[in-house]
Amino acid sequence: MLTVNINNQNYQVDVEPDTPLLWVIRDVLAMTGTKYGCGKGLCGACTVHFNGSPTRACSIPVSAAIGQQITTIEGIEDNLLIAPSAKAIKQAWINENVPQCGYCQSGQIMAAVALLKENQSPSDQDIDNAMTGNLCRCGTYPRIKQAIKTAAKA
Amino acid sequence: MDIKINNQIENVSRRSFLKGLGVTSGALVLGGVMPSSMPVFAMTQEMQYKLNLFVTINTDNSIDIICHRSEMGQGVRTCLPQIVADELEADWQKVNVVQGLANNEYGNQNTDGSSSVRDFYDTLRQMGASAKQMLEQAAAETWKVPVSEVKAQDHLVKHQSGKTLSYGDLAETAARITPPKVEALKLKNKADFKYIGKPLTSVDLPDVLAGTTEFGQDVNRPNMVIATIERAPVLGAKVKQFNADKAKAVKGVVDVIKIDGTDGAPAFNPLEGIAVLATNTYAAQKAQKLLEIEWQLTDNKNHHSAEYLQQRKAMVQQQGKVHRTTGDVNKAFSQYKNQVNATYTVPYLAHAPMEPPAATAEYRADGTCEVWACVQAPQRTRDVVAARLGIEKDKVTVNTTLLGGAFGRKSKPDFVAEAALLAKAAKRPVKVIWSREEDIQFDYVHAISAQHYQAAFDDKKQVKAWLARTSFPTIGSTFDGVAKEPQTWETQLGFADVPFAIENLQCEVCEAPHHLRIGWVRSVGNIQHGFGVGSFVDEMAHQVGQDPKQMWLDLYADDRLVDVNQGGYKYGNYWSDIKKYPIETKRFKNVVELVTERAGWGRKLPKGQGLGLSVHRSFLSYIAVVTQVEVKNDTVKVQKMWCVADCGIISNIDRVEAQMEGSMIFGMSIALLSKLTAKDGKIEQSNFHDYELVRMNQSPQMDIHIVESDAPPAGVGEPGVPPVSASITNAIFAACGKRIRDLPVKGQLNIA
Ligand code: FES
Ligand code: FES
Repeated sequence: MLTVNINNQNYQVDVEPDTPLLWVIRDVLAMTGTKYGCGKGLCGACTVHFNGSPTRACSIPVSAAIGQQITTIEGIEDNLLIAPSAKAIKQAWINENVPQCGYCQSGQIMAAVALLKENQSPSDQDIDNAMTGNLCRCGTYPRIKQAIKTAAKA
Repeated sequence: MDIKINNQIENVSRRSFLKGLGVTSGALVLGGVMPSSMPVFAMTQEMQYKLNLFVTINTDNSIDIICHRSEMGQGVRTCLPQIVADELEADWQKVNVVQGLANNEYGNQNTDGSSSVRDFYDTLRQMGASAKQMLEQAAAETWKVPVSEVKAQDHLVKHQSGKTLSYGDLAETAARITPPKVEALKLKNKADFKYIGKPLTSVDLPDVLAGTTEFGQDVNRPNMVIATIERAPVLGAKVKQFNADKAKAVKGVVDVIKIDGTDGAPAFNPLEGIAVLATNTYAAQKAQKLLEIEWQLTDNKNHHSAEYLQQRKAMVQQQGKVHRTTGDVNKAFSQYKNQVNATYTVPYLAHAPMEPPAATAEYRADGTCEVWACVQAPQRTRDVVAARLGIEKDKVTVNTTLLGGAFGRKSKPDFVAEAALLAKAAKRPVKVIWSREEDIQFDYVHAISAQHYQAAFDDKKQVKAWLARTSFPTIGSTFDGVAKEPQTWETQLGFADVPFAIENLQCEVCEAPHHLRIGWVRSVGNIQHGFGVGSFVDEMAHQVGQDPKQMWLDLYADDRLVDVNQGGYKYGNYWSDIKKYPIETKRFKNVVELVTERAGWGRKLPKGQGLGLSVHRSFLSYIAVVTQVEVKNDTVKVQKMWCVADCGIISNIDRVEAQMEGSMIFGMSIALLSKLTAKDGKIEQSNFHDYELVRMNQSPQMDIHIVESDAPPAGVGEPGVPPVSASITNAIFAACGKRIRDLPVKGQLNIA
């Protein structure tokens, strides 16, 4: 049994220690807001916050998460450190009507919240740097960029 | 039961209602007969009254509206119900959208061909208007007044005296009323639309923001196991023998099951494979790598796409089979010596939706099967599952989840049949998950292609002849296993339906055998034909020293309706009546004028920058795109794109704009980055590091303009894609004089 802390709650899971955190979150804990897109750190769909930093859950073994603070899309508004950024990002996402299919959007939001927490007035270049690891096949990039700017102004 | 309105609770309860009801009892719909009222059903505290196949009124005053098509990012769960709600005079805040099960009564549910709004706009308006008139009738009966004295508005029926009844109050009475005949329906005037055309926010947005959406990958059933599958590496390959001992030793693995492939054409059948079933995805994937399988390969193992493309390029230099012809091109080419010709290629492409295919199935002891899957075609899914299980279609229930992108991939339900077969064999619920690698390697690929174009001009630089040839493996081969050349319905996709006023014009197809499962990807053959035609018009302009914009306008010539049925050609017009949806040169010219004006066509640009234009009609919509690029140090950067789209009447301006934005990005990936290659019959790429897609840092500025139009609704999801690639390569030519004739650009220039 391994103990992981997700959204400020401890969970005991019975999996091999090399199991990627993504599959523990999705399959074992049935929290499906964090998505699978590539399994190789190439798309960002699985982005969670690992001790506050945006991290690809598909690319870290669950053993590395023991004793660490993991936040998923389901928990961002309850995490006091990021709740203000999360609220601003979500409101901007509504204003710009960002998502199309929605599948990449958890990861996009997690990356955007992390950016905004660190940088309250990101430039286009800052946005590109923070968001280029997050693929969106539907092509919502122009709206994501606009929404991050809107959120930064809020 | 708590009846608080919450999409998820409602969806679930609604589904069980529909099942309990056996929705098949309604009389419907598409032929112009309106449904009869449906029986009443009850929940503990709330009653629901079904007024027709799409509209149910609840006594708590909320309304359930069915969305019978699949949501894959195009916004259909918003765009369709908002049409019903408008005619119904419903308050959008009180509307629950309920996803329809697979059910023939809805008509075609295959969410494909950019057809949801164009095929159902009239029907859905009628559904809303019919329900509204039943509510008005119910109020008139309640008050014992003539129906002419009452009027439905804002979720109420009002009497001229000022008294009102809510829809919820009227539901029970309304449900007993015989629905009006179609001729008796009074549809709203455009000026009175509250929702149609308006930018309503997607109904799924709150769930997306909360991470509570349910996609195919997210389905969870009690006692479910997860399956991953090692599939035939080459099309048609079969398992000779396999050993699963090592795989079975992996912690969490519960079973290993062989899936039998079918002989003959691939159609929608699963590929042969060995499935590992485990308690979590990682255990299954880990064990899958430990399978020892010996494959019996087929001749497809000799397929190398690089060689194959050279053969296609050679093929299109030779006369092919004529599809459309007028005048005498050969004579014209011997007469007019000012000529230009070019050959273009596009590689195999993958759909690569962000959500790889996934499906969950439960096979029950009573011989029924229920599936939950991200499918574009729920009825087809039902039929394929039933056929593979050998049970009646009515024993299969198909629940359509949200689709994390689809682009045509998820209209092929092979992955759902896999889940159903495994659930039956394992006697427990099974979720089949495709990895990204499997999604890229076992796709129904977009066909690899070569095209050749030739044009001749007279002394006044007027175009006198146009010859076009195309060669690509046909989608038909996926279904008959033998077809060896592009089919008539495929040459209608932007190739033989060119609307140009040229006296001598001929369109031919050349042979191309298939070696992979050939499918349809967003805009289908228009992908390559938009690139070929769009590039060649630009090359023609440069040949005679003309402005490309003027060349496009000259080719459309005067305002006219174009008849492309020349020389025995039979044009299908996207399965739509040509009288309702003619090919109109006026609309082409309009989008050209608008887009060039917005882009400042003709303005002076700094050295190394250029503008490119391309125009395309597909799925009955007219789209023009101008792209601005900068080429510096052999590196191209797309700076800005202007898109003008005339899609006729639209349901939701914001979602149409979003589709055009997405189409620009989708088209950019095709133009600049994406390429599948096959070696020894196998796809060489495996994930996003080698099957590249446009990312945020490459996303340009965009100016999207939707033409206001009273023409009948046309396609939206696909037609934005075809003009993108040539607008980019034409811009590259304008910027630096380099003509790109083989996609993608990457490999010829760096991409910034
Ligand atoms: S699934 Fe983790 S980066 Fe793609
Ligand atoms: S919204 Fe569909 S992949 Fe991003």
